[in-house]
Amino acid sequence: MKVLVADRQLVRPGDCLAILEEGIISNEIKRYPDKHIYVLDNKVYSDVLGIVYIEDKDINVIPLESVYYPRKDDTVIGIVDSIGVTSWSIDIRAPYKAILPGSDVIEGFNPITHNLRNYLDTGDLILAKIAIFDRTRDPMLTTKGKGLGKILEGVVVEIKPSKVARLVGKKGSMYNLLSSKSGCDITIAQNGYVWLKCKDEYVTKVLIEAIRLIELKAHIRGLTEEVRVFLESKLGEGK
Amino acid sequence: MSITPEKEPLLPRIQVENIVKSIKKGERIDGRGLTDYRPIEVILNPITKASGSSLVKLGGTQVIAGVKLELEEPFPDRPGEGVLQVHAEFVPLASPSFEPGPPDENAIEVARVIDRSLRESKAVKLDALAIEPGKIVWSVYTDIYLVDHQGNIIDTSMLASMLALATSRIPELIKGENGYKVDHTKYVGPLPINTLVATVTMGIYNDVIIVDPLLEEEAVIDSFITIAIDESGRICGIQKRGMKGFSRSVLDNTIEIALSKGRELVDLMKKILNNPSEYMKPLVSE
Amino acid sequence: MSGKPVLIRDGLRIDGRKPEELRPVRIALGVLKNANGSALVEYGNTKALAAVYGPREALPKHISLPDRAVLRVRYHMAPFSTTERKSPAPSRREIELSKVIREALESVVFTSQFPRASIDVFIEILQADGGTRTTGLTAASLALADAGIPMRDLVIGVAVGKVDGVLVLDINELEDEYGEADLPVGIMPNTGEIVLLQLNGVLTSGEFKQALDMAYKGVEQIYKTAKEAMYRKYYKMFEEVR
Repeated sequence: MKVLVADRQLVRPGDCLAILEEGIISNEIKRYPDKHIYVLDNKVYSDVLGIVYIEDKDINVIPLESVYYPRKDDTVIGIVDSIGVTSWSIDIRAPYKAILPGSDVIEGFNPITHNLRNYLDTGDLILAKIAIFDRTRDPMLTTKGKGLGKILEGVVVEIKPSKVARLVGKKGSMYNLLSSKSGCDITIAQNGYVWLKCKDEYVTKVLIEAIRLIELKAHIRGLTEEVRVFLESKLGEGK
Repeated sequence: MSITPEKEPLLPRIQVENIVKSIKKGERIDGRGLTDYRPIEVILNPITKASGSSLVKLGGTQVIAGVKLELEEPFPDRPGEGVLQVHAEFVPLASPSFEPGPPDENAIEVARVIDRSLRESKAVKLDALAIEPGKIVWSVYTDIYLVDHQGNIIDTSMLASMLALATSRIPELIKGENGYKVDHTKYVGPLPINTLVATVTMGIYNDVIIVDPLLEEEAVIDSFITIAIDESGRICGIQKRGMKGFSRSVLDNTIEIALSKGRELVDLMKKILNNPSEYMKPLVSE
Repeated sequence: MSGKPVLIRDGLRIDGRKPEELRPVRIALGVLKNANGSALVEYGNTKALAAVYGPREALPKHISLPDRAVLRVRYHMAPFSTTERKSPAPSRREIELSKVIREALESVVFTSQFPRASIDVFIEILQADGGTRTTGLTAASLALADAGIPMRDLVIGVAVGKVDGVLVLDINELEDEYGEADLPVGIMPNTGEIVLLQLNGVLTSGEFKQALDMAYKGVEQIYKTAKEAMYRKYYKMFEEVR
């Protein structure tokens, strides 16, 4: 494979990233949606405006912007949007509204005796996992799991879904840095939310600043170090 | 027919509580004081084809106002006056909750509030716009285009409209055998203006008065008042909005605040109009 | 102003351009806060602002498709955009152009990735001076790129005209009104595929081929400006940090 672009280069939809040496020349488009590339006539193209990452023979494009698209097992934070008889409708900032069944939250759920509104009301924030999702129906959530359920304390910050991966970092490196330096309880949701539980307002403010820094400089090399320096200057060497 | 609206945008309860807590402490979630306006940016004459135009950014809210003059018949009861028309479009570009279609009751209300404020204060010298009294007069169309909604549409639209009108020019008139024709490529002079007008919009929450509400604040607050002030400090328009009432003393306070903030906005407009070339920047900056 | 103006004099056009010359093109991405993606594109005095919302819930539900996203495209002109004020209600022309632009975008957007959702594209012409549908099309495709919507390629539009017997690139309003032909074209810059094509007027087949060649050259130049605009948006993000 002959690669035509440099690692961390800005690429646009339709830009040719590489030429494949072997393989059948086909004039049908083969897509790799997760990598944001497609192959046509033995050439590899980007399908979004984003940054290309090249590792060995692996080409991946991370879009600069994107809307969150649900995936099974993703951890998400959502807002209760409306309440039905047997389930809640949850807004997870995705192209589809998610459903949280009453039976998932209430033991021995019975729509006649249990009023869903007494457990979760409109405007409540919840931490949940996507239990089921396929192309034919809306995602179904579950709050069965450690730490999942209604969010009662702390601060929830919105971030761009395309920056979630950078906030976690390779093998969790950025996440670990943020946690250890701030001493805060941090939960990162795949749909672009971060839930922070810190000891005081000042630490919360500094942490939010660090998150904004990561959002803005997501594709710059040396970001982890820059964040480390920033946190140490504001919070000291760590708690 | 007007129907109770759905609650938009959907804010998480925690954020609503945050906003309420801040207001009780006399603060805003964006760090402003209760009576502070967000930063205002102005570009004059972005639409060179119009008689006058402006782009105003109030924080994140962006409005483009365009003024066009056309020949029309006057109103039968005002034969010696030009006609003033104000129209507002909340185009779907501006917000995820705007749908394409004719202006809804909110857009119509904004247009009419601004229309009344301009009309009652006689901001535009309509009696100088009659070409043949009773037969042909200038009709001044002000079109308000909201392109990005982050709260306080009315004040942004009023600033944009007033600046567009104050920088408008009258096109050349050519008299032929069949009547008059407009040459939109030549201008003969400025649109005559009597006074500048500004509106001050305030939200009222538990008797606390907040100037220039943010989009998030508008979702929490359910009582608003807009007061129009002219150059001489006269009140030339009031509109109460929202599904909650307020006391007389709160009202008196809003008037005081409006007189002071209205003066500030009028002074800002004067500053801009005294130095218009500084504000004639291209829409796309390099 | 009555009567047809002289459109070509000494080989130059009414605004001083050579026949194959574009107007100055200015492009900016990400100009609106609320939209998922946005772009402002100017070809000379023609200014188009486009915003994209999506992929988002398709409402009303009955418009959604089971295996792909629906594209909703609205081409609309602001009342102050034209020489004489235009009524804000959608005209038949705006309805036709909305369809033609949507179909052009359908050929590039990978809609199968978002079943049952909607991708909404809103184009507002802020000032009209010829070539509004092609300026709008370019703005729409850049707004889609700005929103991170996966596409095969961008789409760049440009209109070729024939005035006083001469083929000219990127017509302005006068050339459109008084010329003999108006050929708006939309092209994918990396593949050369044509996704929008209309002709209003009369051309010989030889002229048509020439006009298309002109369009391709114009698209190449506009694409260069678009690429610079995308870089600028990316680098501008760093200045916002401090």
